[in-house]
Amino acid sequence: MTMTTPVQKERHPLVELQGVTKVYGRGTAAMQALRGIDLRIDEGEFVAVMGPSGSGKSTCMNILGCLDTPTEGKYLFKDVEVGTLNRNQRALLRRHQLGFVFQGFNLLNRTSALENVELPLIYRGIKAEERRSRAGRALAAVGLSDWEHHTPGELSGGQQQRVAIARAIVTEPAVLLADEPTGNLDTARSIEIMELLTAFNRNLGITIIMVTHEQEMAQFAGRVVQFRDGLVWADKSNAEVY
Amino acid sequence: MLTNTLLLALREIRRNVLRSFLTILGIVIGVSAVIVMVTIGGGATAQVTEQIAALGSNLLMIRVGQHMGPGQTSAAPSFQIADVHAISREIPAITAAAPSSSQKVTAVYGNANWSTMATGVDNEFFKVRNWTVQSGRRFLDTELRSGKAVCIIGATVVKELFGRQAPLDNKIRLGNFSCQIVGVLEAKGQSTFGSDQDDLVLVPLRTLQRRISGNKDISLIQVSVAEGRSTDKAKSDIEYLLRERRHISGSESDNFQVMDMKEITKMLTGTTQILTTLLGAVAAVSLLVGGIGIMNIMLVSVTERTREIGIRLAIGALEREVLLQFLVEAVVLSSFGGLIGILLALSASVGLANLLKIPFIFNPGIMVVAFLFSAAVGVIFGFFPAKKAARLDPIDALRHE
Ligand SMILES: Nc1ncnc2c1ncn2[C@@H]1O[C@H](COP(=O)(O)OP(=O)(O)O)[C@@H](O)[C@H]1O
Ligand SMILES: [Mg+2]
Repeated sequence: MTMTTPVQKERHPLVELQGVTKVYGRGTAAMQALRGIDLRIDEGEFVAVMGPSGSGKSTCMNILGCLDTPTEGKYLFKDVEVGTLNRNQRALLRRHQLGFVFQGFNLLNRTSALENVELPLIYRGIKAEERRSRAGRALAAVGLSDWEHHTPGELSGGQQQRVAIARAIVTEPAVLLADEPTGNLDTARSIEIMELLTAFNRNLGITIIMVTHEQEMAQFAGRVVQFRDGLVWADKSNAEVY
Repeated sequence: MLTNTLLLALREIRRNVLRSFLTILGIVIGVSAVIVMVTIGGGATAQVTEQIAALGSNLLMIRVGQHMGPGQTSAAPSFQIADVHAISREIPAITAAAPSSSQKVTAVYGNANWSTMATGVDNEFFKVRNWTVQSGRRFLDTELRSGKAVCIIGATVVKELFGRQAPLDNKIRLGNFSCQIVGVLEAKGQSTFGSDQDDLVLVPLRTLQRRISGNKDISLIQVSVAEGRSTDKAKSDIEYLLRERRHISGSESDNFQVMDMKEITKMLTGTTQILTTLLGAVAAVSLLVGGIGIMNIMLVSVTERTREIGIRLAIGALEREVLLQFLVEAVVLSSFGGLIGILLALSASVGLANLLKIPFIFNPGIMVVAFLFSAAVGVIFGFFPAKKAARLDPIDALRHE
C-alpha cells in the first residue's frame, strides 16, 4: 500500500492507539492483557486481527469500541482523544460512529429481528416510519427479509449473527468492529458473512476491524494485524485481496 | 426522547409478559388487601359510633367493677334494687334510672331454638334507652312486682324463632320456664361484629332474678339525665352516693364505674378498634408479601436485565435514557397494578360491607397511601438494580453472569 499512488484516494487516520495498556484486577491478581499497543487504522480499511487465544484481541477491540477504557495510553478517534470524553460523550460516540458485532451476538431476547435492528435508530431519535424502512433494508442486505418478525430464539446462529450485523450497520457507522463474528458459525455461513462485510466495506465505505482465528476469513481483509502476549507482533497488508 | 423511552419501556413490558404480570399481581394484592381491610374496619367503627349516637347524649351507664380496658372488669359486689331507688330518690338531675341484669339463655319455640340474651328490666328501660314497643305492650306493674312469666322480644329473636309468623301471645321456653310474649321491640336494624342490638329477650327484672339467675343482683343501672342538667355533675353525685352506699373509704378506689357517652363510646369502639388494628396488620402483611413478590421478580431478572442494559449501552444509549426507560416501566406497571387493585378493592369492599351489614365508607386517603406504597416498592426494586447496572462500563454489564 503506497500513499503516493495517484489512483488511490488519500487516507485519513480514523483510529489510533498510542502505547495502550490494559491491566485487569489489582495487586497479586493483576493481569496485564495489553502491554503497549501502537496501532493506526485509516478510513475505508478492512483489517483482520489475528493471534492466539488470550493475546488481548478482544480487550483491544473493546477499547476501540469505547466499551472499555485503557489503563494507560492514548486512544484517538478522528483526532479526538477518547480518554478526555465523559461517559455520555463516549456513549454518543458509540451511537453515532461505531457498530459492534459480538461473538455471542448479544441480541435482545424475545425481541423480533426488526425491533433489534431498530434499536440503535430509536436512540438516534429517528421517526417510526423511516426507522422501520431502514431496519427493513438492513435486514434485506443480510438476506433476512423473511425473518423480520422472528425472535433470536427462533433463528439459527448464522441468522442471529446476521441480525447483529444488520443492527451494527443500520446506522451506517464510520467503523464496524467485529469480534470473532464467525466464531460460532460453520465455514459456509462464515464465508457468507465475510462476503457481506466485504460488500459493506466496498459499497458503503465502512471501515471494518475484525477479529478472526481463521486464515480463510482473514483473506477477505486488506490488512492483517497479529497479536501476541498483549503486543502487536506483525502488521502486514494482504496482497492477495488488493 | 420521552416518546422513545415510552416505546422502549412498553416493548420491554410486552416481551416479558410473565414478569410484568407477576409484578402487577403483587401490587394488585397489596393495594386491594389494604384498601379492603381499612374500608371494612372504618365501616364497622362508623356503625358503632352511629349506634352510640342513637343512645342519646344524656345517658349514663353504671357498671359493677373497675374499668380495665375494653370488655374487662374486675369482680366486685353487684348492685341491689335499693341502690336504684336511692339514685332515683337522691339525685334530682335524673329523669329515670333503669336497673338491668342479663344472662345468656336458649329460647325455644316449636322446633326452633336460638341462643340469646335474657335481660331483666323494668319499664324505665324503655325511657332511658329511648326504645319503643312496636306491637303489643310494655310490662304491667303487676307483672313486674310478681315476676310473671312474660317477655318482650327483639326483632332478631322474632326472625329466628317465628320467621314470618306473628309472635304475639305465643309462649316460648327460656331455659326451664315458659313465658308469654306480650310485646315485640322496634327493630334497631343494625348489627356490628359480635353485637346485634335486636338479639335480646326482655323479661321483668324479678322474673330474671327468680327464674334464671337465682339471685337479686343487678349488674347495670342506666340513668337518663334531665335535659339541661349537667351530666358531669350527675355523674359525680352518683359516684359519691354509691361510694357511700358501698362503704368505700376515702383512699380506696371505686369498685363500680359511671360511664358517660365519651366513656361508653370508648368501651364500645374498643373492640372495633382492636379489629381495625388487626385488619390493618393483616393488610400490612399482604402488602409486604406483595412487595416481597415484586422484589423477588425484580431481583431474579437482574442478571438478564444487566445484560440488556449492557446491550443498550453498547449500542449508544445514555445512562439516563436507560434509567428513564426502567423508571417508566416500573411506573407503568405499578400504576396499572395499583388501578386494578383499587377497582378490585372497591367492588370487594362494597360486597363485603353488604354482606356484613355495615356501611360502606369511601376512603380516598387509604387508596392514595396503598397506591403510593406499592408504586414505591415497584419503583425501588425495579429501578435501583437498574441504576447500579447502568453505572457499569458497557463491557462489564455485558459480561455479567
Ligand atoms: N474481565 C477480565 N478480567 C480479568 N482478566 C481478563 C478479563 N478479560 C480478559 N482477561 C484476560 O486478559 C487476557 C486477554 O484476554 P482477551 O483480550 O479476551 O484475549 P483474546 O480475545 O485474544 O483471546 C487473557 O489472559 C484473559 O484471561
Ligand atoms: Mg477474544
